[in-house]
Amino acid sequence: MKSIQELEQIKQRTLQEVNLRKDRKGTRVVVGMATCGIAAGARPVLLAFVEEVQKRNLQDITVTQTGCVGVCRLEPIVEVYKPGEEKVTYVKLTPEKAKRIVAEHIVNGQVVTEYTIGAAEK
Amino acid sequence: MEDISLHVLDIIQNSISAGASCVDIAIKEIPADHSLYVMISDNGTGMDSSEAERSLDPFYTTRTTRRVGLGLPLFKAQAEASGGSLEIDTEKGRGTTVMARFDTRSIDCLPLGRMEDTMATLILCHPDIEFRYTHSYYDKCFEFSTQDIKGKLGDLLISDLSVIGWIRKYISENIEKLYGGVASEVDSGT
Repeated sequence: MKSIQELEQIKQRTLQEVNLRKDRKGTRVVVGMATCGIAAGARPVLLAFVEEVQKRNLQDITVTQTGCVGVCRLEPIVEVYKPGEEKVTYVKLTPEKAKRIVAEHIVNGQVVTEYTIGAAEK
Repeated sequence: MEDISLHVLDIIQNSISAGASCVDIAIKEIPADHSLYVMISDNGTGMDSSEAERSLDPFYTTRTTRRVGLGLPLFKAQAEASGGSLEIDTEKGRGTTVMARFDTRSIDCLPLGRMEDTMATLILCHPDIEFRYTHSYYDKCFEFSTQDIKGKLGDLLISDLSVIGWIRKYISENIEKLYGGVASEVDSGT
């Protein structure tokens, strides 16, 4: 059972880690969350990114939302911004695909080409 | 949308676009009356009466990128499909309240869905906005507020993923408790 006391422990533990990662620039994962995105399943995709990043204890990753990206038929759409690299747009995501993107792209630096907007629009 | 919690997530995007700093979400379940009420209340810019009327028109939107806005019209259609209703109470400069009633007897009534996931998503993406969540079931009530949590966190951000994970479980377990269920430690998945 989750308790407020446990939150106190999370605070102590995490603040120590946060201090270590203040100066570095991180990766941003941006999920399209307008009506189209939400209806297509953006929320479970966003939460899959959150869970996977937390499970692997990855630092310097922010997961956030944006509005409608403009290609509603390809939702859920996620943009991954890695520092010093070009933005990668992934389309028609599922929680399973999200986990693969964390492992292959965010951790290992290999873009999952088959899920990108370039591959979908061929 | 598959469930009510997704509609709530969508409707609150309007509150955020309206510059709200505070959003109240209330779910009230009265099974004896076959009623499920959803109330979303914000302190954003609000709307004048003609805007409020047009907000229910799918071909009205304030954004400039396209000419449709489906959030409120879809939510209203879902409430009405169950035999319920949706009302908007708003005033320019004061904020907006959206109130929907679902009739839980109807086969077309959507399930509530995972409110904990909607709350976790909102808090993660908008850590500067204060969210308050109230969920009542008969006379039992669960309240959650980001302001309370932030007070306990000190320098740690509420959008820290470890905190978000905790919030999601905390809300989920407390909703279970409302229904009289036994809280489980099973991972909720996605």
